[in-house]
Amino acid sequence: MIELKNVTRRFGKAVAVDHINLRIETGEVCVLVGSSGCGKSTTLRMINRLLPHTEGEILVDGEDITGMNPEQLRLNMGYVIQGTGLFPHWTVARNIAMVPELLKWPKERIDARVEELMTLLDLDPATHAGKYPQQLSGGQAQRVGVARALAADPNILLMDEPFGALDAITRDNLQMELLRIQKQVRKTTVFVTHDIDEALKLATRIAVMDQGRIVQHDTPENILRNPASEFVENLVGKQDRGLKLMSLRPVRQLMTAVSDAGRPDPGVESVGEDDSVRLALSVMVWQSASSVPVVNGKGEQTGVISRDRILQDGA
Amino acid sequence: MRLWFSPLLLLTLLIGLSTAMPVLEPLFQWLQPDKQSVVYERESFLFLLQNHLTLVLVSAAVGTMLAVAGGIFATRPAGRDFLPLVNQVASIGQTFPPVAVLALAVPALGFGEAPIIVALILYGLLPILRNTLAGLEGISPAVTEAARGMGMSPLQVLVRAELPLAGRVILAGIRTSVTINIATAAIGSTIGARTLGDPVIAGLVNGNTAYVLQGAILIGLLALTTDSLFEALERAWERRFTPQFAN
Repeated sequence: MIELKNVTRRFGKAVAVDHINLRIETGEVCVLVGSSGCGKSTTLRMINRLLPHTEGEILVDGEDITGMNPEQLRLNMGYVIQGTGLFPHWTVARNIAMVPELLKWPKERIDARVEELMTLLDLDPATHAGKYPQQLSGGQAQRVGVARALAADPNILLMDEPFGALDAITRDNLQMELLRIQKQVRKTTVFVTHDIDEALKLATRIAVMDQGRIVQHDTPENILRNPASEFVENLVGKQDRGLKLMSLRPVRQLMTAVSDAGRPDPGVESVGEDDSVRLALSVMVWQSASSVPVVNGKGEQTGVISRDRILQDGA
Repeated sequence: MRLWFSPLLLLTLLIGLSTAMPVLEPLFQWLQPDKQSVVYERESFLFLLQNHLTLVLVSAAVGTMLAVAGGIFATRPAGRDFLPLVNQVASIGQTFPPVAVLALAVPALGFGEAPIIVALILYGLLPILRNTLAGLEGISPAVTEAARGMGMSPLQVLVRAELPLAGRVILAGIRTSVTINIATAAIGSTIGARTLGDPVIAGLVNGNTAYVLQGAILIGLLALTTDSLFEALERAWERRFTPQFAN
């Protein structure tokens, strides 16, 4: 758990972060979102003490970080940044092994962990372990960045616009990957982004920041339904809200269950139980259909979702 | 092994020529028919070479330590305010002509080796300092940011990331500095240091071109040898720390 109490950061006379209070529960993903210069990165960098805070208190698991050794504090916090910051003179494997090496793990344990993480991040150890960062694509490099942050199994993960420099498709893949990994490892995560869609997709709770203050801290659904101010309303896109809400809901919630339906006919478009309602609607609009079959992970039909139901209850 | 081929070849040539200069007497006789003695014999060339090299190595070692330490200091958070000052001091060292440093140093340190070593240190600082600064400043800020954020201490960041990454540029600075100082050290002969400048000075005083030529050839050859040695060193560094670029 991370708690910020009345935290302020000034650069000379300018106030970058203005008396913010924030409580991030263990295992949740808190996304700080806002335009550039709103203080979100500053807030993140105060949590691992790359920047000292001017006023207030920051507590990690109840302990004030000001009293801790900064290196010890950071060794227990994975850190992922936009530019990856991989060491160009180290191989992928050695980059991932950075923190375990600092913690002086035995070599066999490090090797096993590196291989485990590369597999988790969908990087083939045989082909990629010996490569240098310059030989990787942007998406692969950021996967290595995430693997490096997870290497010593820290309790906390800090991510500063990690996918900001990637193309849309790669970004989407990595977001899905992060959600999948988060389900397995349940790290207390603070994620900074300026992209509200990324925030809605990844967050347990979102903290919207503007001019150094937190203007709203709530679940994605509540941010969309009850924006606290005009600023938040504009950020989430006032008229786009319906579709955004639909993309938060899984098809499972609105489908009508069908038992023993077997597999849908080949050639008939279907959606998965965990796909978003928005996707289901898109499929129906494209096919001018009034309903679409829903399948489970094995490809067996478990239900059907109708257009009328979505229009009625989707958002 | 091919890396070290050309420095070894030049070194062999340098030592060979220093020991076997008298063999070339007929050649110098032909160049300078009016002189009785055409090969410099007051000191052995090998001794002069050794002395010359010692002067350059001592001053390069001290200069490198000072300049690299200064460059590291000026790029730390605590020393950043001194960055312009450090740059200026090094530039002043470079604008002083070595002869002027000698003129100032002789009254303080007397004749002999000491004043020339001081002059060489001052003269050699700037290229090393400038390259140390450029090398350290040239590292992507994301690398040091991530390294610190992952929990490395400032010393670990310096030793594991900054120095290996800046090393090649720093080596190039040392190479420039040492090469310049091999030529500059010869001036030491004017104030009683024994260097390869001795035959050159003696030749100029006596109007003996053969002497001048012998000193100049050996100084040039020494500079070439050192330069190609550094070339090999830089390549080796690159192979060690950035293998994907190695050729």
